[in-house]
Amino acid sequence: MDAESLLLSLELASGSGQGLSPDRRASLLTSLTLVKRDYRYDRVLFWGRILGLVADYYIAQGLSEDQLAPRKTLYSLNCMEWSLLPPATEDMVVQTSVVKGRFMGDPSHEYEHTELQKMSEGEKVFEEEVVVQIKEETRLVSVIDQIDKAVAVIPRGALFKTPFGPIHVNRTFEGLSLSEAKKLSSYFHFREPVELKNKTLLEKADLDPSLDFMDSLEHDIPKGSWSIQMERGNALVVLRSLLWPGLTFFHAPRTKNCGYIYVGTGEKNIDLPFML
Amino acid sequence: MEDLTSPKQEKENQELGEAGRPWEEIAASSQDPESALSEPLESEQWPETGPQPRSSLPQSPLSRSSTPLDDLRGPGASSPPSPPQEASFTPSTLALAGQELAIPWQSDKTAVNVNPKAGTPRSQHLELPTISDKGESTAPQTCQSEGNTFQQSQQTKRLLYGPEDGSDNNSKQKELTFNVFQEEDSNSNYDLDHAEPGVSEVAPSLLEIAIQSAKAYLLKTSSKSGLNLYDHLSDMLTKVLDERPENAVDIIESISQDVKMEHFRKKLDTLQNENEMLPIYEIAEKQKALFLNGNLEGADQELEDEIAENSLPNVMESAFYFEQAGVGLGTDETYRIFLALKQLTDTHPIQRCRFWGKILGLEMNYIVAEVEVREGEDEDDVEDEDVMEERDDGDSEADENDEEELPRTFYKTPQPIPKEESRTGANKYVYFVCNEPGGPWVKLPSVTPAQIVIARKIKKFFTGRLETPVVTYPPFPGNESNYLRAQIARISAGTHVSPLGFYQFGEQEVEEEEEVEGRRDSFEENPDFEGIQVTDLVESLSNWVHHVQHILSQGRCNWFNPTQKSEEEEEEEDEEKEEEKGEEPDYMEQEVGPPLLTPISEDLEIQNIPPWTTQLSSNLIPQYALAVLRSNLWPGAYAVSNGKKFENFYIGWGHKYSPDNYTPPALPPVYQEYPSGAEITEMDDPSVEEERAFKAAQEQAAALPVEEMEETEEDEDEEDYDEE
Repeated sequence: MDAESLLLSLELASGSGQGLSPDRRASLLTSLTLVKRDYRYDRVLFWGRILGLVADYYIAQGLSEDQLAPRKTLYSLNCMEWSLLPPATEDMVVQTSVVKGRFMGDPSHEYEHTELQKMSEGEKVFEEEVVVQIKEETRLVSVIDQIDKAVAVIPRGALFKTPFGPIHVNRTFEGLSLSEAKKLSSYFHFREPVELKNKTLLEKADLDPSLDFMDSLEHDIPKGSWSIQMERGNALVVLRSLLWPGLTFFHAPRTKNCGYIYVGTGEKNIDLPFML
Repeated sequence: MEDLTSPKQEKENQELGEAGRPWEEIAASSQDPESALSEPLESEQWPETGPQPRSSLPQSPLSRSSTPLDDLRGPGASSPPSPPQEASFTPSTLALAGQELAIPWQSDKTAVNVNPKAGTPRSQHLELPTISDKGESTAPQTCQSEGNTFQQSQQTKRLLYGPEDGSDNNSKQKELTFNVFQEEDSNSNYDLDHAEPGVSEVAPSLLEIAIQSAKAYLLKTSSKSGLNLYDHLSDMLTKVLDERPENAVDIIESISQDVKMEHFRKKLDTLQNENEMLPIYEIAEKQKALFLNGNLEGADQELEDEIAENSLPNVMESAFYFEQAGVGLGTDETYRIFLALKQLTDTHPIQRCRFWGKILGLEMNYIVAEVEVREGEDEDDVEDEDVMEERDDGDSEADENDEEELPRTFYKTPQPIPKEESRTGANKYVYFVCNEPGGPWVKLPSVTPAQIVIARKIKKFFTGRLETPVVTYPPFPGNESNYLRAQIARISAGTHVSPLGFYQFGEQEVEEEEEVEGRRDSFEENPDFEGIQVTDLVESLSNWVHHVQHILSQGRCNWFNPTQKSEEEEEEEDEEKEEEKGEEPDYMEQEVGPPLLTPISEDLEIQNIPPWTTQLSSNLIPQYALAVLRSNLWPGAYAVSNGKKFENFYIGWGHKYSPDNYTPPALPPVYQEYPSGAEITEMDDPSVEEERAFKAAQEQAAALPVEEMEETEEDEDEEDYDEE
């Protein structure tokens, strides 16, 4: 959610229950404006909160002019002092996929994972158990990256693409209409498109290249991994991800207010197919 | 335009006097469409004498003005309007007359320098298709500095600059100071279609260049959006002229924005959905009913009653505590839930109720209220039991009839463990749910141990509709309302905690039997509870205790021994029981769970994860902070206390946490029901030698009896053998 409309966004996202306490909210309002100034971001988003066993991580992201460019992620333990996280790489994701369980809440904590690695000494090749240390910070980075790639949502029309390349915020976006807001196809993944190229020409003919340049949520697997609900009597549409429980996307139809926030344990819900 | 002209006039009066007025008229006449694009005029602008070709303009006032200008001009400035006028009108077409006129006339000489250059590009042909010479007001002779080529008050776009005053240009170049006057002159002399008579040949080319560069500037595409101003303006004006709205000047900004938005919309159909707002209104009406409920007649008497009964909890106060912890539904929503709870207590006979929490579902959510019903109100449960007993009898009769025809299975369905009585154990409270505050409250059925046992083995999302069947393996006995009730029971048993000492056991005389079981069921509030320091509550988990009974693996809180038969059945089954003792373990160990009011420090860890996370609500102001407990076993369960008061809450999907994947339980092996014997025991088919040996043996045995029999046997054997 945009740091500029933080209070309103928190109010709209409160249907999922977990939000921020007043002192955190106040600290965020001040510290995010300072972050924006210091790091010279175009837009600062409050991404959410990852619940750890001992403490929680508060995550913010900074965007530059091009909305789809890789974002800078910052984390804080007290909503006041922010530290920049390194960008996520493939290796990190692979490495941290073996770590299971909750986050500790201590960024210097190291997970120990024993794995069998082939070591060769001379001619012999044998497997040895090696204890690999994985830092919690790395895990944090990869989890945030996975969540963004999998479930960050933006409504259709909020961004537009110009022939020059960069993606801009559409200033004339006035919100989805009620009928559009209830359909999953009006929401896109807020990331580089992956499935767009696989569409047939017939489907592509209906798309508007300046608006439909991202994947829509309609074809997510497993089907039904999004729960779309109208709250407050059709005045607010809320999408909740079932794959990463804790991610809530809200949008007030016919207005510009939209955003998403993740408040959860940072674990993927692998049991989803059983639960539907 | 009055105000515009006045500052101008003040300044100009000294110079131009009447010159201002004609412009005022001119400006006024051509106000209409272009209000949108007024651009801020810099103060440095000096009034420009943009040539505003307006055929309608009376030439006389202008010409009047020209004379003083002429006087002022001095060095051979010819009558033709100065270049600035060209410049002025290009922007003027776009800008609001009003604003432009507001710009003070300044005959700043500093600005003058800019003029000559500015002049040329300013003159422009703006060939708008739909707009031809609309009454272009004369450019309010606002001087423009270079950058403000477009800042003209004159809205109308000029069409033709071309033949304008080459002389103007010249004069401009010479007489920068006197732009004001030059403008006037140009205006006065300017007509759309006429070139000034005195324009020299040099001037048109310069003028043309000016026009073209101004137009080129307008045609420049924006680096951000790919649009250009020229097209946008023409689109906008086209739209205005097509639609002819009222007071277009006032809504010109919205018109501009609409035009921009239309780039993103496909013009498929112009039908608009009018019905979209209806559901909002319906729900608002429903919620309005909530607010109006309180207006009953005879208010005084009932008010006292209401306050006396006090069955409604102070939901807002609890919500405040939870908000400090970062948990909550938002103030408005909580207030509506508060009112809905009030409606619940008004319509049902309830002794005490509590807002238990919210369970999220796929299509709709559940708002759950935990209610303690007054005694004597549970007739529904009794009826259910009778129905079940009748069904069982019917089944057994059917079995007996078939006994002779079909083999009877040995499998004995284990006796269903009866559910606990109301107000005891897992059914201590009654739960009501609704989907939205303002919606009807539905009572959830009591939970049976079988449901709890199976609920432990399955994991399913709630859909939000109570009648949805729950299709799982092992098959869940019931639909979503039962599953919901079972999960609520589990969550309450696992996560409802209170500070140590808040509740104490009542001073009852406990019978011996109960003592043996070591279980006390009831507790009451401790009136002498003095509160525990918040820091203590956070530091040590032993300061919190469970105040809901733990559910045994049997599914009940109080152990039920399934080997105890009711008196009626005992005689029948005694014999069977003795026979089957070998097969079924009749004696089951009594399951024991932690007794009531055990501290939560005794809770089991989940794979090295502590079951509870404690935090202070605020690190910045610890004096007034609250202790917040967050369950790691049931994510979404919170307990909050300020030392004296406490509250429990649940918000989540309604599932337990497990770091491992969910694996559905494996199917049990096929039950061996058939008697094993020679007929159905599998054996290998006899080999050829064995068959022959068998046959030989048979022949010998049958050698003495009838030979025919032998032959037939042999034949048969041979046939069989052949077939094989």
